[in-house]
Amino acid sequence: MKNSSRRGFMGKAFGAITGVGAVASLYAMKRSWDPLPSVKAAGFTTLDMSTYKENELVTEKWRGKPIFILKQTTEMVKKAKSNPRDIERLVKVGDDYFMVCLGLCTHLGCIPGYHPEKKNFLCACHGGMYDFTGDVTKAPPPRGLDIPPFKIDGNKLVLGEEGSEYKKMLENGTTLRA
Amino acid sequence: MAHFTKATSLHDWLNQRLGIDTVRRVMATEYWIPKNINFLWAMGMILAITFGLLLVSGIFLLMYYQPNVATAFDSVNYTIMQEVGYGWLWRHIHGVAASVVFLIIYIHMFTGIYYGSYKKGREMIWISGMLLFVAFSAEAFSGYMLPWGQMSYWAGMVITNLFSGGSLHANGLVEWIRGDYVPAQAFLSRFFMLHVLLIPLAILGLIGLHFGALRIPHVNNQDGEEIDFEAEAAKYKAGDKANSKVIAFANDFMSKDMMVVGIYLIFFFYLVFYHYDFAMDPVNFDPANGLKTPAHIYPEWYFLWSYEILRPFSTDVGLIAFAFAQVIFFALPFLDRSPNTVPASRRGLFKFWFWAMLIDMIILTAMGKVPPQGLFSTIGFYAALTFIGLWILLPFITKFEKKV
Ligand code: HEM
Ligand code: FES
Repeated sequence: MKNSSRRGFMGKAFGAITGVGAVASLYAMKRSWDPLPSVKAAGFTTLDMSTYKENELVTEKWRGKPIFILKQTTEMVKKAKSNPRDIERLVKVGDDYFMVCLGLCTHLGCIPGYHPEKKNFLCACHGGMYDFTGDVTKAPPPRGLDIPPFKIDGNKLVLGEEGSEYKKMLENGTTLRA
Repeated sequence: MAHFTKATSLHDWLNQRLGIDTVRRVMATEYWIPKNINFLWAMGMILAITFGLLLVSGIFLLMYYQPNVATAFDSVNYTIMQEVGYGWLWRHIHGVAASVVFLIIYIHMFTGIYYGSYKKGREMIWISGMLLFVAFSAEAFSGYMLPWGQMSYWAGMVITNLFSGGSLHANGLVEWIRGDYVPAQAFLSRFFMLHVLLIPLAILGLIGLHFGALRIPHVNNQDGEEIDFEAEAAKYKAGDKANSKVIAFANDFMSKDMMVVGIYLIFFFYLVFYHYDFAMDPVNFDPANGLKTPAHIYPEWYFLWSYEILRPFSTDVGLIAFAFAQVIFFALPFLDRSPNTVPASRRGLFKFWFWAMLIDMIILTAMGKVPPQGLFSTIGFYAALTFIGLWILLPFITKFEKKV
């Protein structure tokens, strides 16, 4: 009896220590799968906004992801102004308006293609569509293209930094934090 | 220590130390297989052999493959395919086997469904089988990443994005799985690890469990007859082999199994030598490019049916439907409320359920391959609804099935 309770105690003690060890190693394993600090620190992209042409989509790169830059024509801006949802999505640098979006479909991450004549985006993967401000016009994508964190600096746009204009977009729900 | 005597032969020497006679008896000469089964029961053996082919060809590919985003593509498409002597052979065996293994798995599964081999005592065979299906799916997906072509990259992007859970917007989880914001070096290295070590280990363990689960209930037979294995085995051992309903697994049954395996291997190597292209997507012969999506992304044929269940719906509904499709086959032994372990042809409404399910999955597969437009979208949508509807109906139609 005495013996077996001693064994019981040993069993529980081993069990407890093993349990703590198991939790600790699970934590270590989880951390080993985390993105490396060097990946996370992967920096900022600065764009000179005076170089873009109207209604011509340019794809830049930020954190390995494609960034769509589409300078709006006056006609597009007029159309966007008639719809508050659309105009809020545009970034104003100097006197020009730009669509600045993550070029990854909010459905499952394909890169939608731009049709300059129709002024819309079509995602070939599952047929999702967006207008020229990146707002969604046809499902399956659940929302418009996400807008990357940006800061306006004169004629330049710094991607990766959260400026006041971007914070406003987050607050009024124009974009999710990408 | 046990008592050892001077060995009379090598066999006796080994037998004293390893008990090889006992092993042989338990695994082969007294492992009983019913006589009235057909060639569909050889699918399990074919799967085991195909897994062996994957393992051997994989070992040779591993000697030259480089899990690095800068060199992976060339190490496969140049080094292995053009420089390594017979490198193409291993690659084509590996590619063809990875595709054909799913064809056989589907036949194996639908055989089990048709003959009711997942019921009453055989539930663990079914569940371990489904775990194998999941493990093979993960193995196929991780392997598809390795050549680091356009399809590797974009399939990796789309599939890992599924884990954001739609509106849950769990980007942190997706980035954790990838080890980066987009599929990159960390992603390739970890999927390489999964593909060559962790998942194959899990598969080996699961095959052990699957075989173990067969031991007590024994395999089913094509009439759903409940065989008294002990009585029939006694007849067989007493020499009345003609009247016994069972035969020994080896060598008797194996010789029949190997006949089917032989025919399969002719077909298999015909594909390897003359038609390997069906297993290699042309788009994947372009190196990965994170700034350009291929015009039309689709998975390998064996994932098309579940992909098509995802596609016609909005993101959240699509994800729920997709998750449902991934797990619902696990529940088959419990959703089928009928006690009859007989072929579907003798089970009334279930017969129609079986064929409707099979045809629906073929339609889903076909619709998953074509671009998601117009009529195809509509057919896909109704086929996806039919899939879900059939599973909801199953408990009801089987509950009222007549006992046979
Ligand atoms: C891919 C790896 C697999 C291997 C190597 C494998 C192997 C085998 C073998 C050797 C048998 C016995 C012979 C036969 O009845 O065919 C068997 C039986 C069986 N397997 Fe699998 N199997 C695999 C996957 C699956 C899957 C995905 C399922 C379905 C969920 C499944 C369900 C069954 C069932 C229900 C039986 C019993 C058949 C009966 O009793 O008549 N197996 N398997
Ligand atoms: S990824 Fe764009 S519609 Fe699905």
